[in-house]
Amino acid sequence: MGQHKGWLRKGRIVDAEITLRVDGAERRLTVDTRTTLLDALRERLGITSPKKGCDHGQCGACTLLLDGRRVNSCLALAVAYDGSEIITAEGLAENGQLHPLQRAFVEHDGYQCGYCTPGQIVSALGMLDEAEAGWPSHVTEDLNVEEIVLDDEEIRERMSGNLCRCAAYANIVPAIREVSDR
Amino acid sequence: MRPYAYVRAHDVEGAVATLAEAPNAAFLAGGTNLVDLMKLGVETPDVLVDVRRLTSDRVEDLEDGGLRVGAAVPNSVLAADRKVRTRYPALSQALLAGASGQLRNLATTGGNLLQRTRCVYFYDTTTPCNKREPGSGCSAIDGHNKNHAILGSSEHCVATHPSDMAVAMAALDAFVNVLGPDGDRRIPIEDLHRLPGDEPQRDTILEHCELITSVDLPPLRFLSNSKYRKVRERASYAFALVSVAAALDVEDGVVRDIRIALGGVAHKPWRATKAEETLRGEPASEENFRAAAEIELEDAESLRDNAFKLPLARNVMVRTLLELSEER
Repeated sequence: MGQHKGWLRKGRIVDAEITLRVDGAERRLTVDTRTTLLDALRERLGITSPKKGCDHGQCGACTLLLDGRRVNSCLALAVAYDGSEIITAEGLAENGQLHPLQRAFVEHDGYQCGYCTPGQIVSALGMLDEAEAGWPSHVTEDLNVEEIVLDDEEIRERMSGNLCRCAAYANIVPAIREVSDR
Repeated sequence: MRPYAYVRAHDVEGAVATLAEAPNAAFLAGGTNLVDLMKLGVETPDVLVDVRRLTSDRVEDLEDGGLRVGAAVPNSVLAADRKVRTRYPALSQALLAGASGQLRNLATTGGNLLQRTRCVYFYDTTTPCNKREPGSGCSAIDGHNKNHAILGSSEHCVATHPSDMAVAMAALDAFVNVLGPDGDRRIPIEDLHRLPGDEPQRDTILEHCELITSVDLPPLRFLSNSKYRKVRERASYAFALVSVAAALDVEDGVVRDIRIALGGVAHKPWRATKAEETLRGEPASEENFRAAAEIELEDAESLRDNAFKLPLARNVMVRTLLELSEER
């Protein structure tokens, strides 16, 4: 306990100034070291497309792209990602046009309540990049395959970190497949 | 969450030195398990030393023909590494069978080895747990213990180690490179994790301030004929009930060399040395595989809810070895 107080007294304390680049804009903020990226975005910067579902890394509603890769922002401490580039579902539209994944979710009715949707879409975006890079999945038959073919089984496996309690999966999978097939 | 100081050391030596003077400090890497445990009040460090950018995030060839995996290599990157896929397929398969795409991108090699059990009582701070609070008792022994150990447990703890990756590494005879205040040491992965005994709070043999810097995979050619098989309650994104990592070298129908490790059955990745010894030099037949699996499980003991793990572990061992012998 003495050490605990000692460390806090040394001034390496509980507040830290960080800079994040969120959806193209540089944002400076002071955060408590306990703040997750999810809370920093939602509570401090007013960016509410990453959702807080379980807050324990189990549901995927908080998914965002962190330096190009999809992650659960509820388990990432903001202070540890000072200087990072973040993309949320809010930053995907270009020139007022929805991202193809967003359009596909609308066309295929890939949601009911919509709460998991921003996480689903950002996760799908990260997942398509992973497949493009040739990353195999648990269901990829040949581990050494050069090119990944995203059939429904592959999409389901690769998207298993995003839960939809309305169970709109039957429409989410075709929405993602439409974009991956292009 | 309890307040803590966040420290980013300049180098690995600095990180180790910081922990050496702070008994309640912890290393932070990907944070996928630690941050969760801190939210729940299970882990309460007063200092977090961020090591994610300090250790290597690369997979490199070793002079002996093996591979060195930096502690900061994300699970997703390691699974996709072409050399790992070709030379150590069981490791790729194990990583891909674990967690979700998002978690694998955050989680690191070093952190994966040091993740804590997923025993529900360990996570529930309102219940006794010897691992969380030594001396408070074990709620799982007479509680819900479907997911718990059948091998090597003690009256103090029946928790299992949750990692898939570590099971594959155990079968691949990996070495863990560790930095401490007195320098480096190299630990056979089989010795890294410990059985609970009367100190279930200690998952590994590591000292408080020792930092995993990398993992070495040995240059054994037959490890390219390896496989990871996992049985779980969902098709994806669930911890193992039982898993098996195995590597098999068969010549003229006879087992020349073999490695087997089990997951989901013990407090550590369980290296099935008895089964290995039984099979070395014997014909690679289903009958022999089954006999060896049964010898390995001779000392297994089930709890109220997990007797299914005995036949399951046997069958998954047999099936995995059969597949490896047929694919040659």
